[in-house]
Amino acid sequence: MSTSVSSDPTLQETVERALSLSQADGCVVIATESSSANLRWANNTLTTNGVMLTRSLTVVSTIAGKTGTSAGVVSRSAVSVDEIDAVVRASEAAARDNDAAEDAQPLIDGTAAPDWDEPPAQTSIQVFDTFAPALGDAFAKARDSGHRHYGYVEHDVSTVYLGTSTGLRLRHVQPTGFVTMTAKTPDLSGSAWVGQATRDFTDVDPLALAAELDRRMQWSERKLELAPGRYETLLPPTAVADLLIYAYWTMSARDAHDGQTVYSKPGGGTRVGERLSPVDLALYSDPAYPGLQCAPFVVAHSSSSAQSVFDNGLALDRTHWIRDGELTALATTRHSAELTGLAVTPFVDNLVLDVPEPQGSIDDLVARTDRGLLLTCLWYIREVDPQTLLLTGLTRDGVYLVEKGEVVGQVNNFRFNESPVDLLRRFSEAGATSRAFSREWGDYFPRVAAPALRVPDFNMSTVSQAS
Amino acid sequence: MPHEIDQDFLSLPLRALADAALTRARELGVEHADFRLERVRSQNLSLRDAKLIGTHDGEDTGFAVRVIKDGTWGFASSVVLTADEAVRVAERAVQVAEVAAGMNAERIELADEPVYSDVTWVSSYDVDPFTIDAADKVALLAEWSNRLLSADAVAHTTASLHQVKEQKFYADTRGTVTTQQRVRLNPTLEAFGADPETGRFDSMRTLAPPVGRGWEYLTGTSWNWDAELAELPSLLLEKLKAPSVEAGTYDLVIDPSNLWLTIHESIGHATELDRALGYEANYAGTSFATPDKLGTLRYGSQIMHVTGDRTVEHGLATIGYDDEGVAAQSWDIVKDGILVGYQLDRRIAKAFGYDRSNGCAFADSPSHIAIQRMANVSLQPAAGGPSTEELISGVERGIYIVGDRSWSIDMQRYNFQFTGQRFYKIDHGRLAGQLRDVAYQATTTDFWGSMEAVGGPQTWVLGGAFNCGKAQPGQIAPVSHGCPSALFRGVRILNTTTESGR
Repeated sequence: MSTSVSSDPTLQETVERALSLSQADGCVVIATESSSANLRWANNTLTTNGVMLTRSLTVVSTIAGKTGTSAGVVSRSAVSVDEIDAVVRASEAAARDNDAAEDAQPLIDGTAAPDWDEPPAQTSIQVFDTFAPALGDAFAKARDSGHRHYGYVEHDVSTVYLGTSTGLRLRHVQPTGFVTMTAKTPDLSGSAWVGQATRDFTDVDPLALAAELDRRMQWSERKLELAPGRYETLLPPTAVADLLIYAYWTMSARDAHDGQTVYSKPGGGTRVGERLSPVDLALYSDPAYPGLQCAPFVVAHSSSSAQSVFDNGLALDRTHWIRDGELTALATTRHSAELTGLAVTPFVDNLVLDVPEPQGSIDDLVARTDRGLLLTCLWYIREVDPQTLLLTGLTRDGVYLVEKGEVVGQVNNFRFNESPVDLLRRFSEAGATSRAFSREWGDYFPRVAAPALRVPDFNMSTVSQAS
Repeated sequence: MPHEIDQDFLSLPLRALADAALTRARELGVEHADFRLERVRSQNLSLRDAKLIGTHDGEDTGFAVRVIKDGTWGFASSVVLTADEAVRVAERAVQVAEVAAGMNAERIELADEPVYSDVTWVSSYDVDPFTIDAADKVALLAEWSNRLLSADAVAHTTASLHQVKEQKFYADTRGTVTTQQRVRLNPTLEAFGADPETGRFDSMRTLAPPVGRGWEYLTGTSWNWDAELAELPSLLLEKLKAPSVEAGTYDLVIDPSNLWLTIHESIGHATELDRALGYEANYAGTSFATPDKLGTLRYGSQIMHVTGDRTVEHGLATIGYDDEGVAAQSWDIVKDGILVGYQLDRRIAKAFGYDRSNGCAFADSPSHIAIQRMANVSLQPAAGGPSTEELISGVERGIYIVGDRSWSIDMQRYNFQFTGQRFYKIDHGRLAGQLRDVAYQATTTDFWGSMEAVGGPQTWVLGGAFNCGKAQPGQIAPVSHGCPSALFRGVRILNTTTESGR
């Protein structure tokens, strides 16, 4: 379907026009177009759906004054050609109003990237042309088996154009897609879940996902009750992603330096240089990681402790947060890097955990388990204590008891209290790293690869009656 | 004086686009169509150690067309405000309904609602925060931060102010047309400190709730900022020196500044009928309070009276008409401890057999479909009931909990765990200093069943949040919860340091 609107300027023209209208000392313009399509279902029938087109323009003006350089940021959706001037003026007025910015740095220099002139990429509801009928088939099968299906599928394509008054012109296309599916028994006492991230849906097989749900529903036919306590627990990659993403999001160097996070050194400074795990594992981000590709430059619509509008366009590369078990970097801006004495390593929009000498898949870990719990995913994860990064949350949609290498039934859910940083120290075995979609955070942070982990003493604090 | 809707919103082509979209949808044979054009203005300011670290000024304008075609939903949205685009978006919504029809097994129908042919509503506030210079706002937050930083106990501060002005125009094929405007603010200051002897760090945050008010909230209306800022450093220092709690079972007196969030999670979400019917099973979750238990489920003790409303003055979920053109209402959810009501939208109301929706449809942006979202869900005080001090005086060995912090509840809303800003030991009816490392953990019906007393109206505070999440694609909603202080007997208390294995 067409979403082009011929009377409007292109996004590149919008960027150039805003830059040419700027009377500030420095200017960064970010123009974004996103198209997305989604389907949502429950009880074996479609519930909501939609296609969306959004556009936004962000103008950052910087003004040099006697005490330093200030910045003003204004964002607007759907800006017509005659409104660009007003947005630029509003951003300049905000910059004049504001005190000198602590994070002020020279804007990033550069030239136009080779793909600058390319139009935005788009998606439409047709991206589900093969997925949707297959899903209909899965519903029909579920009605026969008595299972109920619930789920959601989304595809989003965003194109960002970033220009600076210092000549830089960058374009990035970010396709993001994911599918999540839940199956329940008619009495809702048994429940299973699968999730997968994708860039384009060519690698998503709804019938294979439905078959995996069926396998898990068979596991849940036998119900077992277990008391709270510390259990040997197998965390599949998706549950590892649930925990790691939070550990990553709290990696602001500034917050650590100010003594507010698990990465703070008691008495002052950060824990960079400290060994967090006896295993020579690597936690890193890489804009070029196959299947998890993300923006290779900073796009910041506002400044905070962990990002700076002055860094817009700054190149991002593979960044090791933990290497050989040692904390090697925290997320910095150019400003917070100076403040903390750390390297300039801004946040990157993906995350990978690699453990040396991986021992196969989650199924292989199950086969080597004498007695333990196999989780599906975690849910409602919240920070209880920032100093240890103690997190609480629930197991969800399938906790299985493993005995002598086989799943023997479904166990009640638990509330856990655990720190992901502490788990990196305590896990006893890891599988091979694979793409992992987080149940808890995947809608907002879908690009993760992680191994399954065996934890000898995972803290199940209390039983949850939820199923 | 009540405000009028801003002229620059009214001068957008609201009716022209609505006519174009609804006319095209009718031509394409829909059973129902609605058109919603919104402008959501936002401004966020954040300071660290009294210095500005970021500002963001945003405006999200766009429109959406939602149709029911052959019993199936279709939804499409755009940001291009022309009549031609409105026609295209209506066509796209119908096309989406056609693609989706193959997967739809339930005919979508809506509960009836009277037609409101051209009505307006504006929320209750004195000063539109967007008329105040950003420099003045930053100066006020910096001055407040400096007050905190001048205390020895405070090493660092953060301050933030989120402000929103939401304008909505709605029109549907039945003839309802609504135009509305509301304003809300969320100011927060937090003080951070460390105990040099133990290396322990902690923080203390202001309790001032987010509200549906204007700039006057920052200049003294309804909240005493001077008093709160003056006591924050000494409260933080006391917390840093406080003994760690002994895990076990305690009686709790919970302040409204903490209890609102427990109400939100364990009652608010549990009584959303779409959740109870399974519509959120893949994401936000379901509910233990299933419809077969309506009228019989003992939710809590006899004194428990919980209402839902979209009408309370300054409430964050308060509105004149919801995003399906349903007039705002108030109703009982739990009466005499029994589950008696749910939160509804028109589709869920019809599917369950209610005559009418109680007006809980909301979309957080012009590009999202309206879904059932939370009303202001509030616990009613006892007429002539006790003060917080009187509640505390009835506790032999217990804890008084003030301010919210960490929160987590399971997907069926049974098992929850909350922490807080500060915890006071209660010893023989009197406060005996702060404790730290406290979390309370319970099952919803056990917890509310243990509620022995609620405070009087003098203890009642309207708390709330800007950021309640639900649905896929994810939507956030603002919502308020009023409650009195309340006394609970025999609740499980964890020591969070022990939980972390240290």
